[in-house]
Amino acid sequence: MDVQSIIIAAAIVGAVGLFAGLLLGIASEKFKVKVNETEVKVRECLPGNNCGGCGYPGCDGLAAAIAKGEARPGSCPVGGEPVEKAIKEVLGSGSKDAEGEADAAEEPVKLVAHVHCRGTCDKAKEAYEYVGPKDCRIATNSPGGGPKACANGCLGFGSCAKVCQFGAIRIVNGVAVIDRDKCKSCSQCVATCPRGLIKMVPYDAAGEGNLALVECSSKDFGKDVKAVCEVGCIGCGMCARNCPVEAIKVENNLAVVDYEKCVGCGACKAKCPVKVII
Amino acid sequence: MKHTFKGGIHPREGKHLSKDKPIREYLPKGDTVYPLSQHIGAPAKPVVKKGDEVLAGQLIAEAGGFVSANIHSSVSGKVKAIEKRLTASGSKVESIIIENDGLFNSVEMSGTDKPVKELTREEVIEAIKAAGIVGMGGAGFPTHVKLSPKEPDKIDRIIVNASECEPYLTSDYRRILEQADGVIEGLRIVLAIFPGAKGIIAIEDNKPEAIALLKEKLAGDSDITVNSMKTKYPEGAERQLIYVNTGRYINSRMLPADAGCVVHNVDTIHTIYEAVRLGKPLIDRIVTVTGDAITDPANFLVRTGTSYQELIDAAGGYLNDPAKIISGGPMMGKAIYDTDMPVTKGSSAILCMTEDAVSEFEPSACIRCGKCVEVCPGRVMPVNLANAAERGDIDAFLKGEGMECCECGCCSYVCPAKRHLTQTIAGTRKLVLASRKK
Repeated sequence: MDVQSIIIAAAIVGAVGLFAGLLLGIASEKFKVKVNETEVKVRECLPGNNCGGCGYPGCDGLAAAIAKGEARPGSCPVGGEPVEKAIKEVLGSGSKDAEGEADAAEEPVKLVAHVHCRGTCDKAKEAYEYVGPKDCRIATNSPGGGPKACANGCLGFGSCAKVCQFGAIRIVNGVAVIDRDKCKSCSQCVATCPRGLIKMVPYDAAGEGNLALVECSSKDFGKDVKAVCEVGCIGCGMCARNCPVEAIKVENNLAVVDYEKCVGCGACKAKCPVKVII
Repeated sequence: MKHTFKGGIHPREGKHLSKDKPIREYLPKGDTVYPLSQHIGAPAKPVVKKGDEVLAGQLIAEAGGFVSANIHSSVSGKVKAIEKRLTASGSKVESIIIENDGLFNSVEMSGTDKPVKELTREEVIEAIKAAGIVGMGGAGFPTHVKLSPKEPDKIDRIIVNASECEPYLTSDYRRILEQADGVIEGLRIVLAIFPGAKGIIAIEDNKPEAIALLKEKLAGDSDITVNSMKTKYPEGAERQLIYVNTGRYINSRMLPADAGCVVHNVDTIHTIYEAVRLGKPLIDRIVTVTGDAITDPANFLVRTGTSYQELIDAAGGYLNDPAKIISGGPMMGKAIYDTDMPVTKGSSAILCMTEDAVSEFEPSACIRCGKCVEVCPGRVMPVNLANAAERGDIDAFLKGEGMECCECGCCSYVCPAKRHLTQTIAGTRKLVLASRKK
């Protein structure tokens, strides 16, 4: 092999490379997908969990909506304030209007998910011994909707804990418990619970908060509730009679709190005979 | 060689316990309970109120729509309450409770004795509808709806499902041995509605006495044939039964009528005979009370609404402490946790076992042996479906044709790793069905 053929080979490969490079360069300019720069920047601010908690298809969807002005900068329930601030900065550099509008809109109350049941293993009865997959959604097809004697009680197999991306749900003594500080309000657990026990409540109602919270979801009559659970709402109506602002009432044998009205005075908590309001 | 279907299993039969026990009539002693929803479709609407006096055979709740069924009192007495009661389905259902006066005074019943050829379609369907007949094999689909397909002329096979492939059950077998004439007459009545159709009584070859009896009675009959099938579970599943008897295949999106077939259980056919010929509504059925925990296993002719506990007592009570009680057969029946529940139109058996063959084993990881795929009569891959269901991946579940599963339980039965395959797949199917309804 002589030097000449090496040079020819190198030249051919080099020429092909150059040609392909040029072609790709032209193509990338010609077929360029136009992206909204604001959208890209907003997307960079978002956490990227793609949990869907905002109601948009993932973080990309929300970024597009915020950039178009369809969603508020604070729409990401996971990111909270820091993310909101960062997005406002991005939007602020683009348009002054968006910032003014967002400020004018009322700040919504922070909502967190809460399991409305505390029928733990020692407080609520089991109707039978369950053998089968440890998944609430499948167990709910077994007789009585699951082994728990109360048809509205937490089954405790942790389907909600499995879907929570933030590790906010634990099963404690047979009942799911949500850590209100870890909850990012994405509502995945609300959609998963086959018994509909998880509802979004104001941050101030869950756990140690002041507002009233009824820790039961049973719509059965008081006598039937008593038969299966020590800590179920019996629908006696003491709370409703003692509420100074008419924020709590009994519907279908279950006390329901109206958070628009509740002032957190604690009158219902003191009067509840089964201490189901916390 | 006999026709059969792909897959299936041969569970231990256990029929010897009750197969030679003649049908005994049992009259309820205590209150009777009639759930308003013991059929597929809209719940029935009560037409009596608390305190009303009723007679046996009297209508107490009328159909709440076209796909629904009438409910009749099976005893005479007084309406005690209308409240929620536990049923074998496991949930509490609004029910009418009748205080039984023990007299069993009955309303007057009269049927027609016209020759079969002169019976009109409307007449027969009206009688069936009035009698509140539903599929008595367990599903409880209203019979008058089944007999009113969109294109009645296309129906060319009426199949009587006498396979009784579930282990332990012997109620259909006893019905044929003791009341074969009623069953045959019932089939002739149904054939009268579909003039172009031929009747087939499909029965598994583990019941030679019943086959011999039917063949003898039907000798020379050109309209009705007796088809002896290879004994295999789930021979009596509707889709498999149609395939075995006609070679036609239907999937979960089709009805038997799409294959030109109407399938009825033996008990249902006999009740059609009673409704048309005697004018008697569906107020009794045969229930097998069996299992190794029962002192004297028996086949009872029992009024609907009777408490399970009464039947267990009538069968001599428990020989040993039962570890598991199942309403229905061991493969597809439902485990129950309380025996204070009523016999409904679809209750075929009460099975009391001394050992719980399920809870003894902890499920372990899949060893990829493929046995579940081999036995699946629905031609799906149970292991893949169960995995998709455990991940909560509904799309993959549907792509794997998870809806073709008939929940027969063969996969769980053979699984050497004792995985809860059927339970997982069945649970996910219900989720899908529920989300479709929304």
